[in-house]
Amino acid sequence: MIRPADYPPPAVDPFGAPTDPEPVEVDVAIVGAGPAGLAAAIRLGQLAPHLSVAVLEKGTAVGSHLLSGAVVRPGPLRELVGDFPSYGEVPGEAVYLLTQRRAVRVPTPPTMRNEGNVVVSLSQLGRWLAERAEAGGATVLPETAAVALLVDDERVVGVRTGDKGRGRDAEETARFEPGSDVRAKVTILAEGTAGHLTGAAVARFGLGGVNAQVWALGVKEVWRVARPLSRVIHTLGWPLRTAARWREFGGSFIYPLGEELVSLGLVVGLDYADAELSVHDLLQSLKLHPLVRELLDGGERVQWGAKTIPEGGFLSLPRRCSAPGLLLCGDAAGFVNVPALKGVHLAVETGRLAAEAAASGELESYDAALRSSWIWAELREVRNVRQAFGHGLWLGGALAGAMTLTRGRFPPRDRRNEPDAAQPVVTGAGRRAPAPDGKLTFDKLSSVFLSGNRTREDQPSHIRIASPVPRELGELWVRMCPAQVYEVGEEHPDGTVDVQVASSNCVQCGAITAKGGRLTPPEGGSGPEYTLT
Amino acid sequence: MKVAVCVKAVPSAATGAPLDPQTFRLDRSGDLALSEYDAHAVEEALRVRGDDGEVVVLSLGPERAGEALRKALAMGADRSVLIADAAFEGADLLATSAALAGALAREQAELVLFGQQSPEGNGACLWAAVAERLRLPVVSQVAELAVEEGAVRGKRQTELGYETLRAPLPAVVAVSDAINEPRYPSLKGIMGAKAKPQEVLSAADVGGARDSGTRVLALRPPPPRGERRRVENGSASDAAEAIVQFLVEKRLL
Amino acid sequence: MKTLVYLEQHGDAVTPASLGVLAKAQSLGGDVAALLAGSGVRALADRLGGVVFVADHALLEAPLPQPRVDVLERLVRDEGFEAVLFAQSVLASDVAAGLAARLDAGLNWDLVDAEVRGGALVGVRPALDDSVYVDVAWATTPALALFRAGAFDAGSGGGASEVREVPIALGERSTRVELVEQAVEESSGPSIQDADVIVAGGRGLGAPDRFELVEELARVLGGAVAATRAVVDAGWYPYAAQVGQTGKTVSPKLYVAIGVSGAVQHKVGMQGSGTVVAINKDPHAPIFEFADLAVVGDLHEIVPKLTELVRARRS
Repeated sequence: MIRPADYPPPAVDPFGAPTDPEPVEVDVAIVGAGPAGLAAAIRLGQLAPHLSVAVLEKGTAVGSHLLSGAVVRPGPLRELVGDFPSYGEVPGEAVYLLTQRRAVRVPTPPTMRNEGNVVVSLSQLGRWLAERAEAGGATVLPETAAVALLVDDERVVGVRTGDKGRGRDAEETARFEPGSDVRAKVTILAEGTAGHLTGAAVARFGLGGVNAQVWALGVKEVWRVARPLSRVIHTLGWPLRTAARWREFGGSFIYPLGEELVSLGLVVGLDYADAELSVHDLLQSLKLHPLVRELLDGGERVQWGAKTIPEGGFLSLPRRCSAPGLLLCGDAAGFVNVPALKGVHLAVETGRLAAEAAASGELESYDAALRSSWIWAELREVRNVRQAFGHGLWLGGALAGAMTLTRGRFPPRDRRNEPDAAQPVVTGAGRRAPAPDGKLTFDKLSSVFLSGNRTREDQPSHIRIASPVPRELGELWVRMCPAQVYEVGEEHPDGTVDVQVASSNCVQCGAITAKGGRLTPPEGGSGPEYTLT
Repeated sequence: MKVAVCVKAVPSAATGAPLDPQTFRLDRSGDLALSEYDAHAVEEALRVRGDDGEVVVLSLGPERAGEALRKALAMGADRSVLIADAAFEGADLLATSAALAGALAREQAELVLFGQQSPEGNGACLWAAVAERLRLPVVSQVAELAVEEGAVRGKRQTELGYETLRAPLPAVVAVSDAINEPRYPSLKGIMGAKAKPQEVLSAADVGGARDSGTRVLALRPPPPRGERRRVENGSASDAAEAIVQFLVEKRLL
Repeated sequence: MKTLVYLEQHGDAVTPASLGVLAKAQSLGGDVAALLAGSGVRALADRLGGVVFVADHALLEAPLPQPRVDVLERLVRDEGFEAVLFAQSVLASDVAAGLAARLDAGLNWDLVDAEVRGGALVGVRPALDDSVYVDVAWATTPALALFRAGAFDAGSGGGASEVREVPIALGERSTRVELVEQAVEESSGPSIQDADVIVAGGRGLGAPDRFELVEELARVLGGAVAATRAVVDAGWYPYAAQVGQTGKTVSPKLYVAIGVSGAVQHKVGMQGSGTVVAINKDPHAPIFEFADLAVVGDLHEIVPKLTELVRARRS
């Protein structure tokens, strides 16, 4: 039994003084072209078109690194941009409790009601929002990774972008292009889940919340289907274990994207106890369930992806989302309504509020605005739900139900949690994955291919882990990673093993950050190229 | 030196570009990016431009191709010219070369560069057709380019080996991907690209739209790979013989 | 249909690819003639059989396209050819495209086959990484066609040719390019991106020095050497040679995989290959699922023998 947190990765310190003699200067620098960052850019274009705004996006294009289900509460987005393209309102819904062979319909928990919500592909929505942001005057810069915060006298004065054209050993190749300083009066971090700079900023500026952040890993696929799916489906239970000691919190989602496509995925909390658990492989198993198999029969898998979701909720929010020169929003800060499985509307709203604070010149007003916004009440109400499921599916469900009914007044205390990496894991649970058949179920490398990943091989590894480590920890990482980045290598006389990192497979889901390592941004333009996720 | 680079905006690999079964054209509704082969040509143009020179990128494509051209501007090109007109949908070699020649005639560049091939074209040789229309000398597959007084010297790779050719300027040169490593645009380059002039021309500006000389009749699935064979349990010599046999049958030996 | 086949020669032989196109043209019927353009090529024309136009001139010695366009234009106009066929090569592609612009004649390239339907020529070409085949036609006369090298076998035909001299009148603007230097190379091997044949080595080789087996075989096949990600990661071979998802994507006519297990990552790098031969001692190696010829056995014994047999055939 081991705890990943006992083997921390080499320290990373993404801060620096401005040094570039020819920096790029903007009024507002936004890191991340996701719903939070783009909402901020759009709002700035509306409120203060005279301000220069740059949105830095590490993916090849906007949308390349955006992945979600997604069923979105449309209100905040409509308020910001009016009508936006989607796959329409949720046509109907069902929640099932699965066993290996059966599916029992259960009443939809109130937190999962989706009337009036719309189905979108977040990747597509991101691309559309980026066009709106640019129409409003923002400059969106894809293939640009922000790798450090520029700090001057304990004030954030911008970000440094990553170098390009370094080789495997960090040497400068013929194509070497050094990163630049982007000086900004206000830096808005909208990096998304497991944001590298956000995590470091929270530590440096003492912004940590009541609880540590915890994550779930979501692995999803997009299928072209032979028959349209007419409702939004969620499942609980199989293939996850329900007993408390396994800590397998999660479930699956199956959403129709119009008539021809279906988005389906499995989300599992990363505090699980079984070191051999592989969310990727459990999703493959899920597809063999009669309920799911029938939906996919005659279809074809067209895209695959993986991304973590912050699940700490209200109690894991930073105690302040602002620091001198800096604002935090979206998933990077943990703004997700876990029981409702919704974060996009919160990303949009926090992005909007961050923009308003930036435009006003008074960054401290951001925290006040958050607290008086409906965001605060919404998240506070469900603040203990995730922790309840530490008691397993049944008791957890009952507790969660009670919490919902009382709108968060029960239980009165705030429930604490443990970081994912501090949870001990056990081996030998003996769960077997089905051998992939290449038509319905697939191996990890085939999946990575379908993420559109074309990461340049000859670059330094962007993943920080301790090495060597105990074999069980290496095996944990091997199973955990949906993209087969890790491989257990040579064993040392003391029983520890080297862990080989095939960093070009990485789809930057963030799971390693939750489980004892750290994901940092690779060269801009690396990673997946999602278009439908 | 004034250098014109003819480039093509092609579907970004990630989106994949299926052929539309109705029109038999590439379904280009996805993102367009600067063709990787053409990036080498842009890079070479930037290298030979010199301090007083100018690099113009030209392309024939839909209006959306403007974005892809911006990458060339971000790398350092000075201007872009896009020939965008519905009349050019599905343009073949004849129509494309005529349009590009029309646009190039307006530019009067000393050197016209092309990338080695179009990724979905396989062996396309636009440069030779354009050179013919412009009545300029042409050198292709150049892996090393040197500019001399009033001429260019190009070392090219062919199936047989290397040749060094010399052509007087103005000339058309197609560069192979071995010639250089295209630079990454700097952040300042990317941000500065938006301010650079991007001209859009219609068919009328380039002398009208030629009819295509070719037509697509039908799409069909490729012939099946043929039966798979397996050789097992024999001696190593038998196996080697079987392989040779197989290769001869397939006309690969 | 009156057809002209452009023949290319290297050294003192007409290229097999050109002869293949000639054989194909003859099989399509109609009036077929060939053109041989160069310097001192008259002798080559004698053995080809059929009508052979010869354009023999010092200015045609260098392998440059534009003078050849002049020759072809004159010949096509004078003789009224309705179709001109080429075997693809660096030179032939430039000639064909230049001629297309000169005559405003349609050009279809990368063809792997052709037929005559209702009196008109129809070509077949692969598209989208060979995942689909397209039937193509021409809207002009003449019709120009470039065929993939190696699409057709040279026929057994030959015999005495009827040789006709072509009058040479080269335009000034066609002769401005000058050949300064030429170096015919014993192939140190083509780059894996362009190679028609690729021999790839994987972990099954066992040790880095075993790559010699792969290199030898590649040499006798005239191909390039590639390596799988596993082997590159282990430092056995440079990643310039890596084929696989984020390495290079290749589409040779022949791909020989030696000791390669066939992980999907590698597979998608070589998916576009024409023919795949795999040698591996593990009968269940995934690569066997898409190999056209699966050879289960000890590569250390098979590959040297294979290399010998190929070498013997080639000499």
